[in-house]
Amino acid sequence: MKEKLEQIKQEALKRIQESTDPERLNEIKVAYLGKKGELTSLLKSMKDLAAEEKPKFGQMVNDTRSAIEDVLDEAKNRLESAALNEKLKKEVIDVTLPAKKPRMGHRHPNTIALEEVERIFIGLGYEVVSGPEVEKDYYNFEALNIPADHPAKDEQDTFYISGDFLLRTQTSSVQIHEMEKGRLPIRMIAPGRVFRSDEVDATHSPCFHQIEGLVIDKHVTFSDLKGTLDRFAKELFGEETKTKFRPHHFPFTEPSAEMDVSCFKCGGKGCRFCKGSGWIEILGCGMVHPHVLEMRGIDPEEYVGFAFGVGLERIALLKYEIDDMRLLYENDDRFLNQF
Amino acid sequence: MNSALSWIKAYVPELECTDQEYFDRMTLSGTKVEGFTRLDKNLEKIVVGKVISIEKHPDADKLIICLVDVGTETVQIVTGAPNVTVGALVPVVLDGGKVAGGHDGGPLPEDGVEIKAGKLRGVDSYGMMCSIEELGSDRNFYPEAPEYGIYIFKEGSVKPGDDAVAALGLRDTVFEYEITSNRVDCYSILGIAREAAATFRKPFVPPVVDIKDNGEKASDYISVEVKDTDLCSRYCARVCKNIKIGPSPEWMQRRLAASGIRPINNLVDITNYVMEEYGQPMHAFDLDTIAGKKIIVRRANDGDQFQTLDGVVRTLDSEVLMICDAEKEIGIAGIMGGENSKITDDVKTVLFEAATFNGPNIRKSAKRIGLRTDASGKFEKGLDPKNALDAINRACQLIEELGCGEAVGGVVDVCEPIKDEVELPFMPEKYNNLLGTDISAEEMLGYFAPLGITYNKDTNMLHIPSFRQDLLGQADIAEEVARFYGYDRIPVTLPGGESMEGGLSYQMRIEKKAQDMAENCGFSQGMTYSFESPKVFDKLLLDKNDPARAAITISNPLGEDFSVMRTLPLNGMLQSLATNYNRRNKDVRLYELANVYLPKSLPLTELPDERKMLTLGFYGDGDFFTLKGVIEAFLESVGMKELPEYDPKAVRNYLHPGRQATVSYNGTVIGYLGEVHPAVCANYDMKTRAYVAVLDIPAIVPFTTFDRKFSGIAKFPAVTRDISMVVPKSVLAGDIEKMIRQRGGKKLESLKLFDIYEGGQIKSGYKSLAYALVFRDMEKTLADDEVNAAMKKILNGLESMGIELRS
Repeated sequence: MKEKLEQIKQEALKRIQESTDPERLNEIKVAYLGKKGELTSLLKSMKDLAAEEKPKFGQMVNDTRSAIEDVLDEAKNRLESAALNEKLKKEVIDVTLPAKKPRMGHRHPNTIALEEVERIFIGLGYEVVSGPEVEKDYYNFEALNIPADHPAKDEQDTFYISGDFLLRTQTSSVQIHEMEKGRLPIRMIAPGRVFRSDEVDATHSPCFHQIEGLVIDKHVTFSDLKGTLDRFAKELFGEETKTKFRPHHFPFTEPSAEMDVSCFKCGGKGCRFCKGSGWIEILGCGMVHPHVLEMRGIDPEEYVGFAFGVGLERIALLKYEIDDMRLLYENDDRFLNQF
Repeated sequence: MNSALSWIKAYVPELECTDQEYFDRMTLSGTKVEGFTRLDKNLEKIVVGKVISIEKHPDADKLIICLVDVGTETVQIVTGAPNVTVGALVPVVLDGGKVAGGHDGGPLPEDGVEIKAGKLRGVDSYGMMCSIEELGSDRNFYPEAPEYGIYIFKEGSVKPGDDAVAALGLRDTVFEYEITSNRVDCYSILGIAREAAATFRKPFVPPVVDIKDNGEKASDYISVEVKDTDLCSRYCARVCKNIKIGPSPEWMQRRLAASGIRPINNLVDITNYVMEEYGQPMHAFDLDTIAGKKIIVRRANDGDQFQTLDGVVRTLDSEVLMICDAEKEIGIAGIMGGENSKITDDVKTVLFEAATFNGPNIRKSAKRIGLRTDASGKFEKGLDPKNALDAINRACQLIEELGCGEAVGGVVDVCEPIKDEVELPFMPEKYNNLLGTDISAEEMLGYFAPLGITYNKDTNMLHIPSFRQDLLGQADIAEEVARFYGYDRIPVTLPGGESMEGGLSYQMRIEKKAQDMAENCGFSQGMTYSFESPKVFDKLLLDKNDPARAAITISNPLGEDFSVMRTLPLNGMLQSLATNYNRRNKDVRLYELANVYLPKSLPLTELPDERKMLTLGFYGDGDFFTLKGVIEAFLESVGMKELPEYDPKAVRNYLHPGRQATVSYNGTVIGYLGEVHPAVCANYDMKTRAYVAVLDIPAIVPFTTFDRKFSGIAKFPAVTRDISMVVPKSVLAGDIEKMIRQRGGKKLESLKLFDIYEGGQIKSGYKSLAYALVFRDMEKTLADDEVNAAMKKILNGLESMGIELRS
């Protein structure tokens, strides 16, 4: 019996080894291990054995069964993975064929620049606010220390509507609206459209955007203004950016300054971009004029503030190296798709 | 304002710096320099030569061969210039040198013109004699130069071998300043020189004015009456007699030329010189033309005609201030003198005027008359009355010094009381607190002295000189401290104080979401102008009485195309689509997020309603339902879970009458969409179908929320039932769906149109619709009879709408 068992095992293993097809393996499994298979019939013949031999023989049959099963499983795995590999080989694709990109729209470069600016100032605790574009003379001029006869009213080439109404020439008007709300301290930026009577060309547009900034608190200094705008410039143009503050004049700030940043194209050595100076003028700023605070009922002995105004287009043109402002308002798809 | 550095140095004699240093330090202390130009740029190896002999060129009629003594040697130069004579002293550029430009006076090449020894028609020439144009200037500034030919120096003024560039006053640099409007005092050489002295900490040495005069009295020659003192706060008059008109000295001509002023003659040059030097415009009248020997300053009469000295007849009005004599008007105050009193070459006696006029009045008058002059440009800034007297005295001093005539003694000075000079308490701590600095009081006082601000220790008061009209309060003084301490030395800190919560407003967050969704759907952001042409309304086929035609009009627009504030956001979008279409860009999708301006009344009595509109537009790939999808995706993204309603009534002329809808949410109109009317497309030169959608952001905001609640994932299976029906084409799918939803109740989870068909087996005028309805109970497995009951209700409802169900 033992020999018979060994013979069956050897025969089965041989047939398994020779199989190249998983189907054949099934047949082999049935032939040896199935209900009518050879091992089963051998087990059935066990009744002829002496009682004390039965468990031993039973064990031997079971060992043989599991040996065959193991080899069968192993062969099955081998054949299946070979078949899968064969299938995968046939499914080779040219991965260098074009991608199927989902169609996505693009934000306007002005908005991308604005969101950069917003991110920086929101991080510093500034609220983003807005104000009207059609404005009253009072908010655009008078409350900003630009009285009726002030030459700045001519210089700015204002679009007038009728009576007291005009198109705001600067987002500084939002300063006054914020002060009117009567909530102190103030830390805000106000992005928005402004209008000036400039003919359209590569560097001018009658309709453009500014971002106004205003901080009013009890202990604010010019050095805080410098620090804030220096931080802003570094975040916007890179940590290596240097800033330079030059005295300037605005009716609603005193002291006033203009801020230049080191040319991010040449690093300050001087190039075509910065017209050889190594510096690029970026914004105007200053300490809020005490008279402006007074007019809004804020005690300049108690509160101080600083304000700044940035041209959004200027930043977008510089940062994205756009050489003609007109491109920003044409909306050519081939332009917008580059942002 | 342009001026030569040498003129500044005349009053700051110890100033020594390179051009770049001057540029940098003046800019940092607040006198912004726009740029500078070296007058000797590209002028190399140019010396004075003396022509020793002239021979004819053997082979060229128009050329001559000169031997020229250039100091160290004698060189042979061939020239075609017609004005060279033996003995003439001329500028000579030697072999290897450079000149600035050609003799034609065209634009100067960046790197100049190199001059090398060579042959002209076979004869050696070792350099070139120069015309004034070749030296980078022209006859406007060197009136003595010949119209055509070589510049010839005045006998005895130079000798061979001298630096010809220096002899011409070209070893100098012209700086261009951008003076801010508050610094009226810096629109003058003396003002800038004072700033330079303070910046470089060198002594400021202004001219000492000392007039000998002839012992006579000006008041015997002229009397002055100012009738309109509101427009003229001071009028100074002086008289100079025995005038000898001739050229002014070269130094004066050179300084004027560098400032861009053409030298004319000694008298004109003196008034211009003093205007530059003191920033005070002056006028010179021929005293013999002044009737009654009297000056009257008064307003003109409306409609008066007056001929200015440029020969033009101007119409005046009653706000224009005039200078008159006893009989007639003789000049427009502060703007231009009259033809009838102008100085001619045979003038004998001159009346000088230096006055202080009302700045805004001059500015407005100049604008109305349409005549802006150097003088009016200075007056309109509002001048210091003290300066008028200083300037007129300086002019008389120059008349004497230049031998131009003799000054009559005394000034006729009609002057309103001059405002007291400002005094401010000195508050060093306040300045430090404002600036964030720690500058000592002594150091601050050190900055003030060179500026003419004096300090009284006993009263602790700062005395502000009259020319500093900009220094009115402590913040102004703090700026003076900051300027001379150096803005660059002020520390860099961040504000302290309570920390504040920043961020976007709620509506801004909704707007960003709208942008995100539009971009996710393939739309790129465009930006267009807020103003447009009133013709837009016709282009959009608006009815004559359409309320959108009530637009705000700009009274001084750049042109009709930019003259009304938009009430509809479509023109910008269609214009942009058309631009793309005409540039052959395919499948363009744009959106804009911008205001329309809706007046509450016209003309405006209050601010208009500025409404932020999201406008979507496209042509090419897609249709009406593409836009509808974008709208719904956006509304869903801002927490608007209900379905919007679409009313197909054709209420918008600019849209296709059968392909437009008004969008409402919970009964509120929030926007519209549709295919652009083909006639409108044609008006924008688009030969394609285009689609637009407009959403009114403020109308949407009240329905939005960023709150999200998880409602669980269904555990029990769903039951799907399909229904198919044939309905008249006029029945709206939206109404059918509304009925199904209403009747389906809570257990109807979703419904989806999976087939729509017209034609073929369907009778004409009808369409076939097929929906898949999904029922589900969140609590348990739905039983068939529950679904059947719901379906029955739905089917009854549909039948009540006259809808025929297909088996």
